[in-house]
Amino acid sequence: MNIEPGLYHLLFVSTTLFFIGVYGFLTRRNLITMLMSIELILNSVNINFIAFNKYLWANRLDGVMFTVFVIAIAAAEAAVAIAIIINLYRSHLSIDVEKAEEMKY
Amino acid sequence: MNGSSIIFYLLAAMTIGCGVIAVSTRQIFRAAISLLFSLVGVAGIYFWMDYQFIAAVQIVVYVGGIVVLIIFSIFLTQQSGDKLPIQKLGRKLFALLAVFCGFALTIVQVFQHTFTKTTAAPVGVTVRNIGEELIALDKNGYALPFEVVSMLLLAALIGCIVIAMRTTPEQPHEEKEIKRREEIKVIIPKEDKVLIIQEETGGTE
Repeated sequence: MNIEPGLYHLLFVSTTLFFIGVYGFLTRRNLITMLMSIELILNSVNINFIAFNKYLWANRLDGVMFTVFVIAIAAAEAAVAIAIIINLYRSHLSIDVEKAEEMKY
Repeated sequence: MNGSSIIFYLLAAMTIGCGVIAVSTRQIFRAAISLLFSLVGVAGIYFWMDYQFIAAVQIVVYVGGIVVLIIFSIFLTQQSGDKLPIQKLGRKLFALLAVFCGFALTIVQVFQHTFTKTTAAPVGVTVRNIGEELIALDKNGYALPFEVVSMLLLAALIGCIVIAMRTTPEQPHEEKEIKRREEIKVIIPKEDKVLIIQEETGGTE
C-alpha cells in the first residue's frame, strides 16, 4: 500500500463514513439525528463516485453527473423529511420514533 | 510524504472524526455542528481532487442548505439543554457488531480487487464541460435526468408546503371573530342607552 493517497485511500474514507452513518441510523431514535446519518451515507456515496471518476474513468464525466443528481435528490429528500418531522412534532409533541408507533397501523 | 498527502490525511481525519461525533454525541445541536464540519471536510476532499465545481455545490447545498435546515428544525422541535436519552446497551452492541462486520467485509473486498484504469485521454472537469453534458441530447447526455430532477424538485416543493401546512386552522379563527362581533354588539347598545339616559335626565332637569 502506497503512502501517497490514491483511490484506495478515498475508498477507505468513504467506506468508513458509510458505516458511521449506518451505525447512527441503527442506534439513534431521534428523527433529526437519523436524517443526519442518512446525509452521511449519501456523502460517502458521492465520494465514491468522484473517486472512481478521477482515478479510473478520467475520460468521462458520468461520476460528476451522478454526484450532482445525488446532491439534488438529497436536498429534496431532506426538505420533505423535515416537513414530515415538523408535522409529526405538531401532533405528537415529540420526534422520537418510539412515540410514533401508531403510524405503523 | 509531501504537503498534498498531509492535507488529504488531515481532511480525511476531520471528516471521519466529526462524523463519529455527529452520530455518537448526546447533545443534538453539537451533533448538527459536527455534521457541518464533516460535510466541510468532504468538500475539502473534493477540492483536493481538483473537482472545484462539485466542492462548491457541496458547500452551497449541504452546508448552506441542508445543515441550516436541520439546525432550524432542531430549534423548532427540541427543548434547549435537553440531552438525547441513553440508548440500550444491547442495541448499541448489535449495531457495532453489524457495522464492524459490514465494514470488514467491504474493506477486504475493496483491497483485494485491482481496478483497471482507462487509457483514454482525460477530459477536463470544467463547468463548461459539465453544463454541456448536462443538457446534451446524444448518447452521453443527461437531458432527460435533468428534466426528471427538475420535476422532482417541484414535487418536493409542493409536497413540503402541503405536508407542513396546518390542516384545521379555520375553526378557531372564525370563533374568535364571532366573539369579537358579539362583544361589539353588546357594547354599542349599552352606550346608546347610557347616552339616552343622560340626555333624558338632562332634559328633565
